[in-house]
Amino acid sequence: MSMLITGGRLLDPAQGLDRYADILVDGGKIVAIGEGLKGDQVVDAHGKVVAPGFIDIHVHLRVPGQEYKEDMRTGTAAAVRGGFVGVVCMPNTNPVIDNVPLVAHVRQLAAEQGLCKVWPTGAITKGSKGEQLAEIGEMKDAGIVAITDDGRPVENAETMRQAMIYAKQFGLAIMDHCEDKQLAGGGAMHYGKVSALLGLKGMPSASEELHVARDILLSLETGAHVHIQHVSSKRSIELIRWGRSLGANVTVEATPHHFTLTDQAVMEMDYATTTKMNPPLRAEEDRLAILDALRDGLIDVIATDHAPHHLDEKNVEYQYASFGITGLETAVGLAISRLVKAGVVTLERLIELMSTRPAQLVGVPVPTLVEGAEADITILDLDKTWTVRAEEMASKSKNSPFIGWELTGAPYATVVSGKLRMLEMNVL
Amino acid sequence: MPGLKRKDILGLREMSTEEIDLILDTADTLKDIVTRPIKKLPTLRGKGFVTLFYENSTRTSKSFELAGKYLSADVTSIALATSSVQKGETLLDTARNLEIMGPDAIVMRHPVGGACNFLAKNVRCSVINAGDGMHEHPTQGLLDMLTIRQKKGRLKGLKVAIIGDIFHSRVARSNIFGLTKYGADVWVAGPSTLLPPGFEELGIHVTNRVEEALEGADVVNVLRLQLERQEKALFPSVAEYHKFWGVGPDRLKLAKADALLMHPGPMNRGVEISTYVADGDQSVILEQVTNGVAVRMAILYLLLGGGDAA
Repeated sequence: MSMLITGGRLLDPAQGLDRYADILVDGGKIVAIGEGLKGDQVVDAHGKVVAPGFIDIHVHLRVPGQEYKEDMRTGTAAAVRGGFVGVVCMPNTNPVIDNVPLVAHVRQLAAEQGLCKVWPTGAITKGSKGEQLAEIGEMKDAGIVAITDDGRPVENAETMRQAMIYAKQFGLAIMDHCEDKQLAGGGAMHYGKVSALLGLKGMPSASEELHVARDILLSLETGAHVHIQHVSSKRSIELIRWGRSLGANVTVEATPHHFTLTDQAVMEMDYATTTKMNPPLRAEEDRLAILDALRDGLIDVIATDHAPHHLDEKNVEYQYASFGITGLETAVGLAISRLVKAGVVTLERLIELMSTRPAQLVGVPVPTLVEGAEADITILDLDKTWTVRAEEMASKSKNSPFIGWELTGAPYATVVSGKLRMLEMNVL
Repeated sequence: MPGLKRKDILGLREMSTEEIDLILDTADTLKDIVTRPIKKLPTLRGKGFVTLFYENSTRTSKSFELAGKYLSADVTSIALATSSVQKGETLLDTARNLEIMGPDAIVMRHPVGGACNFLAKNVRCSVINAGDGMHEHPTQGLLDMLTIRQKKGRLKGLKVAIIGDIFHSRVARSNIFGLTKYGADVWVAGPSTLLPPGFEELGIHVTNRVEEALEGADVVNVLRLQLERQEKALFPSVAEYHKFWGVGPDRLKLAKADALLMHPGPMNRGVEISTYVADGDQSVILEQVTNGVAVRMAILYLLLGGGDAA
């Protein structure tokens, strides 16, 4: 059965495309772009923007082992509901994805139950313990697109250096969760005036910056591609700017929560544990620096760090709550509201940040709107005003600080390999 | 007499001066019960509360218990050692089980900041914060303010020096939040490693020179030093701490001649405070304890809304 997307504004900045036309999809591919086309299933995109499919390179699907938080079905349902055609999933599962059978297991589950594309990553070190290298080459052959010990840092600089040298020969990016554990000191939020007022243990920005600086220096030394995950601090951004100026192969992602919220939210929301994540929400100057870096092009990718947790892990004292919030279903709304509508980035740049660059960064086919390309398409409704509601979320977990927020701009439809997986924020 | 129009007492930062005035005025009225031959008012007969202490405490827990008993409330006390926390029950489950037994309030002490805020959102009964982590200890802040008000007749314009580990101190925070609402000139002093970031923005003076804080002070409030901080490299030795930040007779002379010397207890004599000043003429440390009972009676009375006034 063919599908016809009619009347939308097709916007694909990578090929300079900006025109109103229909798209005919058949057999999983875009077969024609033009006017007056006919198809079986019609998706009315009048007044909407038809973009190459969005990809989130930082998602915790929680499989295997933590299906009480999220599973393959609910995680990918959240992805397509949020407008994503594909996700890169993190290996800090139980057990840690550090070998071929586990990579194969995730890919098989994705093939059987996934509503969107799923590209696994593998651990840098066995068990993500920061000691022995995992079988990176074997995992690459099994389908991983990057390596990461996300959720924790690689504490030993020499281990990181060897991992970089080793990963480089396989052409894999190292995605790093930058955190000096001693400096972070068991903190629950950003170290600063707000943590001092609330009497919560703080994590100083330097706990991130120290590892950002280290990774840049090691990248300069080894030539490896290091990707800084969820950048949160102003000085981290300055360090990346400095590293780039020296020619370091360093890329960086920013999350919607870090460009939207600050540590003030912990106070304003009266210790709500949906404000607790790692790295933490930082100060306003940090948030503004992230916006600047989005504006001037330093930041490569918007990624969510979608981190579902069970209510039992969040409905406790702040200090004892798990780190992390869900992000897949609010990312596009926040990006349009907070970045495009606010004039921080153009819509074209947003598409680069959420589609083109994420795909390039992990080396998967770049979604594009041309005849013959795979039909991975995200349709946006820039003018829809909607309220984020927990009961409407497709994710198994509802740990989002944005519940109750009114956003302008929403994903309208998600087409994955030619299949309509979401329409008007209903998962199909 | 009107009661407090709030469910919980979580901290002084969120309270108005009208509310604080009401509590302090009520405490002034109730204080003499402690010295009466018959220490019993029927005010809270038929009311009950639970003290739930996840940290050791002698002074605060007994102060709440006695305050309740003097007002004829039924008081049940649970301490860490006898609670079900060691069986791994969550705070929420413990609190819900206690609540269903019908108390009008839960008085809680807990080792992490915000725990009382969390509890208050999850139970219908009143929650009274008896100290949560590094966050607040509102009844201590109130009893300190009551003591100053009784002795000095006012709070506005007084120079109040708070000396010691400000960073980790919920007593310091509640004092700062409360006193600044009244226009007191608050100075905090301690080693830089024990001073919190950004507190200058609260309109107080932050210094590592204890002499600067003590100079011309009307009130000197010396905080307890948690000796285990030494293990975390926050200060090198008790001797060095005492040399630079300890309050003894010579340093106390920098304050006004009639300055009050306060300490929330328990004291480390010879560390943050010298015996000569702790037991000296300017010390009001034991009166603080009496005022603690008075403040807690006032809060219980105003919150649990027992019939007619005393």
